[in-house]
Amino acid sequence: MDLITEKIKKTSLSTKQDRFGKAISILALLFIAAIVVMIFAFVITRGFATFTSNKINVFDFLFGTNWNPSVVDKKTGLPGVGAAPLIIGSLAVTFLAALIATPFAIGTAVFMTEVAKKRGAKIMQPVIELLVGIPSVVYGVIGLTVVVPFVRSIFGGTGLGILSGTIVLCVMILPTITSMTVDTLKAVPRHYRESALAIGATRWQMIYKVILRAATPGILTAIVFGMARAFGEALAVQMVIGNAANMPESLVSPSATLTSVLTMGIGNTVMGSLQNNVLWSLAMILLLMSLVFNILIRWIGSKGELK
Amino acid sequence: MNAKTADKVATGVIYAIAGSVALVLFAMLAFILVRGLPHLSWHFLTSAARSFEAGGGIGIQLFNSFYLLILAMLISFPIALGAAIYLNEYAKKNSLWVSIVRTSIEVMSSLPSVVVGLFGFLIFVVKFKLGFSILSGAIALTIFNLPILTRSIETSLSQIPNLQREAGAALGLSRFETVIHIILPASVPSIVTGVVISAGRVFGEAAALIYTAGQSAPTLDFTDWNPFNMASPLSPFRPAETLAVHIWKINSEGIMPDISEVSAGASAVLIIVVLLFNFSARRLGQLLYKKLTKA
Repeated sequence: MDLITEKIKKTSLSTKQDRFGKAISILALLFIAAIVVMIFAFVITRGFATFTSNKINVFDFLFGTNWNPSVVDKKTGLPGVGAAPLIIGSLAVTFLAALIATPFAIGTAVFMTEVAKKRGAKIMQPVIELLVGIPSVVYGVIGLTVVVPFVRSIFGGTGLGILSGTIVLCVMILPTITSMTVDTLKAVPRHYRESALAIGATRWQMIYKVILRAATPGILTAIVFGMARAFGEALAVQMVIGNAANMPESLVSPSATLTSVLTMGIGNTVMGSLQNNVLWSLAMILLLMSLVFNILIRWIGSKGELK
Repeated sequence: MNAKTADKVATGVIYAIAGSVALVLFAMLAFILVRGLPHLSWHFLTSAARSFEAGGGIGIQLFNSFYLLILAMLISFPIALGAAIYLNEYAKKNSLWVSIVRTSIEVMSSLPSVVVGLFGFLIFVVKFKLGFSILSGAIALTIFNLPILTRSIETSLSQIPNLQREAGAALGLSRFETVIHIILPASVPSIVTGVVISAGRVFGEAAALIYTAGQSAPTLDFTDWNPFNMASPLSPFRPAETLAVHIWKINSEGIMPDISEVSAGASAVLIIVVLLFNFSARRLGQLLYKKLTKA
């Protein structure tokens, strides 16, 4: 009898295996979480060095308009660390790109889910997938060889600037917004459509007055996702924006974004110097902005659920 | 305008929008391929790049891209698989810590890749003194790839019906055995599709690599396959400019006379490889499904 009780009470081989497997998979998960925490910890500590060890005023950094960290400004006696031109450049390309891409994205999504389902699945689905797959440097090359000369021929100047950046980004975030909008449109219950059509609405009335309204929170989430991608995009923008870190005078004058200054600068500065620290502060802004976009997405999501 | 005309106009506009999006894609693909294909030759694909004179190729960059891709996949796949198994098979749906981890994966997937690159630069290149190296690059790519891959594997696992798990439990298998012997084999086709699609993303990534794998491609000795020699193609400690980084580099600061030809050819190669990944992903999945299920 004792032998059997002992045998039953003892952990079996498969229980041990199960525990082992569970432990391994938890470890993998913890690893991912640890990386995220580490990224935030390291970038933020380095980013704060500008304000702690170099004694730069946070407001001078955020709202100053003179970006030239290697030259000391004669008037103030401080190096030019005003990041406002870059922040404005980043925000400008992001919002303009989202503004232009959104109608196209919603139109394409409506085409795929409401107007032409078969052709949508057959033609547009692969089109959207391929657009997502094209690497950002290729977008940059196209921007440099097509968009920039085109802008130059219409507005004169160099052609580099916020407008070119906007056009390139617009195509880049279009598939992101479209595919997420398609998902939300598909999630709108079928009886919404049937009831709208049953009371005599045309297809467009049904789309405009019922489906798009019901899907608004989802569409907003899609747009914020697109903006997050646009804000963090580095190389394609850097290639067409002109990399002149002064206050953007117009949409077609060379300017700069946070990411473009980062990609150009990090390799040319010495670790620990002021010039390097301010770049890390820029990276910190990028990181915090991506967090803000995430919170915004969650907030929209929770608002949408209440309805 | 009455409702019927409005409906017709709107339908027309929607068709026009969808058409123009498709047109933009085809125009871009055609542009890249038409400009690039004439410059492709065996010499271009295999010879080393030249910085000052015309006639350079992209051989080393192409090799580096694939090598980095394979290394990054080797590192990220087991981790992503483990994380996805936990999230889909073990995790309780609404526990606090699972939602924290899910949030951190979401945050990770929306990190700008340039920030990932800078983090890799700070930790691996500077702190761990690995220098600009394949290893630093592979780890940066892993960070870039992990959230995408985890989510795609988790989706694959969640598509396996619960009936299979119950069948496993009914046979007296532990949860782990059920995962290993039933769930994973059943989801192999869709996992493979996800892996190949994410490989396409990794192959084209450049921003995370500029300051981790570096922007130089030293000459390699393709007869030396000892990974501990610096000139060996397999050495993980050598700097390695990838194809995507090369395209960016020559467009922003290249000085050879045939920049536009090299850039066009390299872009065409990059696009072709990425398209191949995209097309083969589904095919490979379907093929595996047929092989494995006799369906």
